[in-house]
Amino acid sequence: MARVVVDVMLKPEILDPQGRAVQGALTRLGLSGVTDVRQGKRFEITLDGTLDPERETALNRLAEELLANPVIEDFTLRIDEGAG
Amino acid sequence: MTRVGVVTFPGSLDDGDVQRAVGIAGAQPVPLWHGDTSIGEVDAVVVPGGFSYGDYLRCGAIARFAPIMADVVHHAGDGLPVLGICNGFQILCETHLLPGVLTRNESLHYVCRDQALTVERTSTAWTDGYEQGERIVVPVKHGEGRYVADDETLDWLEGEGLIVVRYAEGNPNGSFRDIAGISNEAGNVVGLMPHPEHAVEDLTGTPGTDGLRFFTSVLRSLVG
Repeated sequence: MARVVVDVMLKPEILDPQGRAVQGALTRLGLSGVTDVRQGKRFEITLDGTLDPERETALNRLAEELLANPVIEDFTLRIDEGAG
Repeated sequence: MTRVGVVTFPGSLDDGDVQRAVGIAGAQPVPLWHGDTSIGEVDAVVVPGGFSYGDYLRCGAIARFAPIMADVVHHAGDGLPVLGICNGFQILCETHLLPGVLTRNESLHYVCRDQALTVERTSTAWTDGYEQGERIVVPVKHGEGRYVADDETLDWLEGEGLIVVRYAEGNPNGSFRDIAGISNEAGNVVGLMPHPEHAVEDLTGTPGTDGLRFFTSVLRSLVG
């Protein structure tokens, strides 16, 4: 079993109104000194067998085509070595 | 009779209203199903509003890969008139038929109101019944309608005259450069957040019938 983690974040220059709302809530709930909150998405993908180069290439392509929209988002993909 | 296909995805809401608008304009609406692989014999296609696939992942991100969309994209490349409204606009951006992306409204609020627009590009299949600079009122209703693109893309859209409609008298969502709708260079593909199909009858279209000419324009462009 292999596990791959894809993190998707809005590019730094893109306004994140959800993150801003969370920032406001954190401050309202008593946390001082919050200067920024950015909200992203995390995908944990579990595959059977081992992750061969072919599937790793496909995952990279699909992360760019499906999981993230490169117009507004960046992604990082890492293989979770602890799995299996 | 001119046949206008209207795509229904799981979660589409406005497909019925678009079919009705197409009929009022004098064409025959043809229901298309997201799982079909061919658009069949139609002269134009409308991708309507709603919440296709529950808006999961990103608005339009999963609908983009629906079987029907491959055929829509293919025919759009050959000049087929395609109109994306609201969620349909989001889908057309995800397919890269149109540049940019629609993001969460700056206010975080869902906005539902009558919206003034200025028609800027009339040399498209869907807007040639309007006058350039004409002010119209059409409803908007969306939570993720803020048009975002990089400066280079925005400058290109402005320079080529590809901005079809712009918000007037107030921007409902923080859209860059007040953009409400854009087209491709050929003018056969148009996407916009406001809903012209909700402004085609005096009885229910509170602002009037300002939206009807989107649907009569395409008839004219196909016949002409």
